[in-house]
Amino acid sequence: MASIDTGGGDSGHKKGPGVKKAKKLSTRVDMTPMVDLGFLLITFFIFTTTMSSPKALNLNMPKDTNKEEELNKAKESGALTILLGKDNHVYYYEGQLLPDGSNFKSTNFLGIRDEIINKRNEVIKNHVHDANCPKIWAENKGDKNSCLDRDLVVVIKPDQDATYKNTVDILDEMTINNVKRYAMVDITPQEYEVVQATEGGK
Amino acid sequence: MPSVKIPRKSTDVDMTPFVDVAFLILTFFIMATKFKPPEPVEVTTPKSVSTKELEDRNAVLITIDKDSKVYFTANAQKDLNVLSELAGYVSSTRTLGLTDAEKQNYKKTPLVGVPFSQLKQFLDLPPEKQKEVKQDGIPMDTTGGELTYWIQAAQSAFKGSQLWYMIKGDNNSKYPAFKMVIEALKKNDVYKYNLITAPEDAPPGTELYKERRKIS
Repeated sequence: MASIDTGGGDSGHKKGPGVKKAKKLSTRVDMTPMVDLGFLLITFFIFTTTMSSPKALNLNMPKDTNKEEELNKAKESGALTILLGKDNHVYYYEGQLLPDGSNFKSTNFLGIRDEIINKRNEVIKNHVHDANCPKIWAENKGDKNSCLDRDLVVVIKPDQDATYKNTVDILDEMTINNVKRYAMVDITPQEYEVVQATEGGK
Repeated sequence: MPSVKIPRKSTDVDMTPFVDVAFLILTFFIMATKFKPPEPVEVTTPKSVSTKELEDRNAVLITIDKDSKVYFTANAQKDLNVLSELAGYVSSTRTLGLTDAEKQNYKKTPLVGVPFSQLKQFLDLPPEKQKEVKQDGIPMDTTGGELTYWIQAAQSAFKGSQLWYMIKGDNNSKYPAFKMVIEALKKNDVYKYNLITAPEDAPPGTELYKERRKIS
């Protein structure tokens, strides 16, 4: 491809008798600086441009008035509550929080996915078959789990030290694990106390 | 024994193919990527597995930076006069007394992060000077703060057309700031919004991963 041919490098010529023959100078250009320049430009473009465009994560919040009824309708056996604390701590419990806090467990963002999957499988196993199922199966192209996981409700409660990243990560986990019913609500003072007690102990 | 002369070969590498490759890669980058638009407020969004693309529509963008400060931007797709109407609405409802010149200036303002009390002085500056002003964010409180009025202004200025609400939060911003933004949106009867995130692949082995492989 690119090459500079010097054709022998003969740049000298006879000036006349008595004059010394001019030194033969090579016209080969050393390409090393041009390579440096090329790679510098590439690095510049890598850092200042973007190849991946940002995506939109949809979030629908319920109207305030209906929130309490929605939560109470959810069966206790299918409810999983996830609390988000500071420093990327995640706590969870199933059903209602017991007064002695015995069902309050802690994990991290990797562990919570396993918990959600386990809970989901448990709900699917325990689901009582009802008349609406065939219709829902037909709507969801034969996905048998689409009716069986209806009892699973995940309640997400971030506290005031949780970061936005934690919130988005948990919402992501909902999408990743195909959880259809989830809600984001405020943490109650009792729950906050339990979180503080657990974090204070660490 | 006669010494064997080892034929000497030149160790100079010919650099010309290197240059060719470098310029080819460079050309690829120039053609396939876009420059990142310079933003007054740098925000690192969290990653999510969502694949929904951002649409080019009339939109309201609420930015939350890493110190949990809130900024408001309105993007008008076709008619920029809507933006001066927005400024006019804010001016009349909050009695700021913005002049026409200031309202026109709002069209070129990328993002607002000052309290209403400082808005008039802010809009007096030309856009280049606006970049130098340290904007401390729109004052927020648990009932929505001043953001509620900005959203209300946007709704009335973009009357009729479906407005898209986007929230762009930084990784390190705290949840209460996000909650206050949601309160401001709820006050204006908005329950559906989109969080701007960076793309990420579905983790292997999970439900979503299997679903996506089935469809493709």
